[in-house]
Amino acid sequence: MAESKDGGLVFKPMDQFKVDSLFGDGPIGMFTITNVTLWMALAVIAIVLVMVVGARGRNIVPSRSQSIAEMIYGFVHNMVRDVAGKDALPYFPYIMTLFLFILFANFLGLIPGSFTTTSHIAVTAVMAVAVFLTVTIVGFVKNGTAFLSLFWVSSAPLALRPILAVIEVISYFVRPVSHSIRLAGNVMAGHAVIKVFAAFAAGGIIAVPAILGITAMYGLEVLVSAIQAYVFTILTCVYLKDALHPHH
Amino acid sequence: MATPTEVAEAPGMPQLDLSTFPNQIFWLVVTLVVIYFVLSKIALPLIGGALADRAQTITDDLATAEELKQKAVEAEAAYEKALADARSEAQKIAADMKAEVQAQMDVEMAKADAEISAKSAEAAKALSAIKDSAMDSVKKVATDTAQEIVKAMGGSATKKDVGAIVANRMKG
Repeated sequence: MAESKDGGLVFKPMDQFKVDSLFGDGPIGMFTITNVTLWMALAVIAIVLVMVVGARGRNIVPSRSQSIAEMIYGFVHNMVRDVAGKDALPYFPYIMTLFLFILFANFLGLIPGSFTTTSHIAVTAVMAVAVFLTVTIVGFVKNGTAFLSLFWVSSAPLALRPILAVIEVISYFVRPVSHSIRLAGNVMAGHAVIKVFAAFAAGGIIAVPAILGITAMYGLEVLVSAIQAYVFTILTCVYLKDALHPHH
Repeated sequence: MATPTEVAEAPGMPQLDLSTFPNQIFWLVVTLVVIYFVLSKIALPLIGGALADRAQTITDDLATAEELKQKAVEAEAAYEKALADARSEAQKIAADMKAEVQAQMDVEMAKADAEISAKSAEAAKALSAIKDSAMDSVKKVATDTAQEIVKAMGGSATKKDVGAIVANRMKG
């Protein structure tokens, strides 16, 4: 895919992110079955396999697949409890949904030739905005107007407080932007770099360092996949903590 | 793939192709809702239940172990007590036995002593009787002999006189 017909090298590192209709060539409407649909469905299937089929034994001494599901459960459960507090546990399924979707979408995206749904800003932005709205609504429902004290840093000198309030408000509204771009940017950049290396690997002596580069980047991307899922989730927990306990 | 009739795609990021956004957002929402229901209705209760069961089992087992340990301590104490009881019982029986034997022995000893003293008294009596009769015999022989000697030497003495002298001498 990197070799053009006229023999030169053509870099198309972004082609892997194209949203295509799976059946037919028509324009992509809202309900068109696309590669997005396919890879999201595969993520759902993978999640069901790991979290339901794998954990089905419910043994006192866990089987291997059960251990995996239990470790993921314990990891996210502890994160929610430690970061956001015990009263955030009702939101545990919601946070678990985000974590598992991002984790599995990232990992499925590492399969060569696959489509990475989390590399799209549309996907991550929806999740980030959903988190932003949830947190804001929860904050106001649980605390009423006291939620606004999040922006009023009572520990700062009085003269500084209005300035800090402006900064806090801006940073609050920037949250969904950084939250979504961090994930999509990391995933997209890594995949694009791998593709650039792949273009060089097409031939010649340059192929050797290029293939080594792909290998190294791939290892890094495995790490990034897990870490970005973790970062997205822990930030959600931090925002949720702000909503439940807005006092500094 | 983009059809050739489409306006040339902006080179670069398909991420910024707004025409695909509704599609992506729709399928994302479907996906998240499905995952949410699978997790909250099936997976999380399943795993959480398994973890709770395990914690419960461990707690129960620890409690049972504690109970059994307590029982073992009690059993040991009971055993020690039984041992001590048996020991004191044995000592008591031994002491009783000893006392009984001692008493019996004392009785037998007393009986034997009495018998011995009776026998020795009897013997002493017999001895003194024999001694007396011997003395009498000696006296009689001495008297007779003295009388014969006096007679032989031409004297005469009554048996009575001689007897008195002999008796006198023998006393001395």
